[in-house]
Amino acid sequence: MKLQKASSFALYAVLELAANPTSQLSGTEIADKYGISAHHLAKVLRDLGRAGIVDAARGVGGGYRLAVNPKRLTLFDVIQVFEPVGPENASKDDPELATDAGCALRMVLDELDDHALATFRSITISTMLKSMARRPWVESPRAARRPRKAASSR
Amino acid sequence: MSNLAAMTTAITSGKVGAIRIRPATNSDLPELIALDEEVTGLAKRKYWKETFARYGGRRKLQQFFLIAEQRGRIEGFIIGEVRSWEFGEPPCGWVFAVQVRPKTRVKGVGTQLFEALCAAFRRAGVEKVRTMLARDNHLVLSFFRSQGMMAGPFIELETTLD
Repeated sequence: MKLQKASSFALYAVLELAANPTSQLSGTEIADKYGISAHHLAKVLRDLGRAGIVDAARGVGGGYRLAVNPKRLTLFDVIQVFEPVGPENASKDDPELATDAGCALRMVLDELDDHALATFRSITISTMLKSMARRPWVESPRAARRPRKAASSR
Repeated sequence: MSNLAAMTTAITSGKVGAIRIRPATNSDLPELIALDEEVTGLAKRKYWKETFARYGGRRKLQQFFLIAEQRGRIEGFIIGEVRSWEFGEPPCGWVFAVQVRPKTRVKGVGTQLFEALCAAFRRAGVEKVRTMLARDNHLVLSFFRSQGMMAGPFIELETTLD
């Protein structure tokens, strides 16, 4: 699965602002850190501002700060500003649903979308910050020493 | 250190004062039933008596029924057990119930309960903790996610019997 660029940029910005709650950050500072287009990020930050997720302060020393509690803000809240998340509301006139194959395929795709929705809705920005601090993608020495188990089924 | 002594801890939280985590006892049942009824709207006396008989008490080494208590009042509970060789997997800890009084939520009580249960699982010799819940239960899913839990290696499947 891949997110649209705008969604990824928005998440980088929100995570950066949540990690620095006492300071205001400029779009350029965030863009430089992640090596992304400052111009594109500026548009994304405007959309986040309109959605009430970030506040902007103009002038010298101005910048952005998070406008909502990161313990309450989920990945879904941010992503859905930029792209649809979850099963599509297919209309009865959808030609895809005119055949059994189309309906069966739609059922499978909806299952995947349901899982994606549940995942995005249950992970808060605060949880993401914890995960970044814990770095679970780096294998622990204890896990590295453990022999890998052969695949088995019941 | 006895199992009971190891599980009974006094933890101080800045937000909710001293929370004591301890194993549930038979005398907790009326308050537990009332707490569950407050949260779910259903009084399940028989269910809780059976649950206590299976998981409660002080001599259980694989089942854990822990209470979070503050100033003599139950603020939440967590229940789990060690299950072995399900789906070919070595023993692991399962969490199958956690509840915190609504007015006491987001103050770390659930985290203290979860950490105490994980400590009990570690003492029982397991290295993994699992749970399962409805995917639209975003509140409790968020809680477990905040504890570092992620999707595991299994996919739950079901069908409707004709």
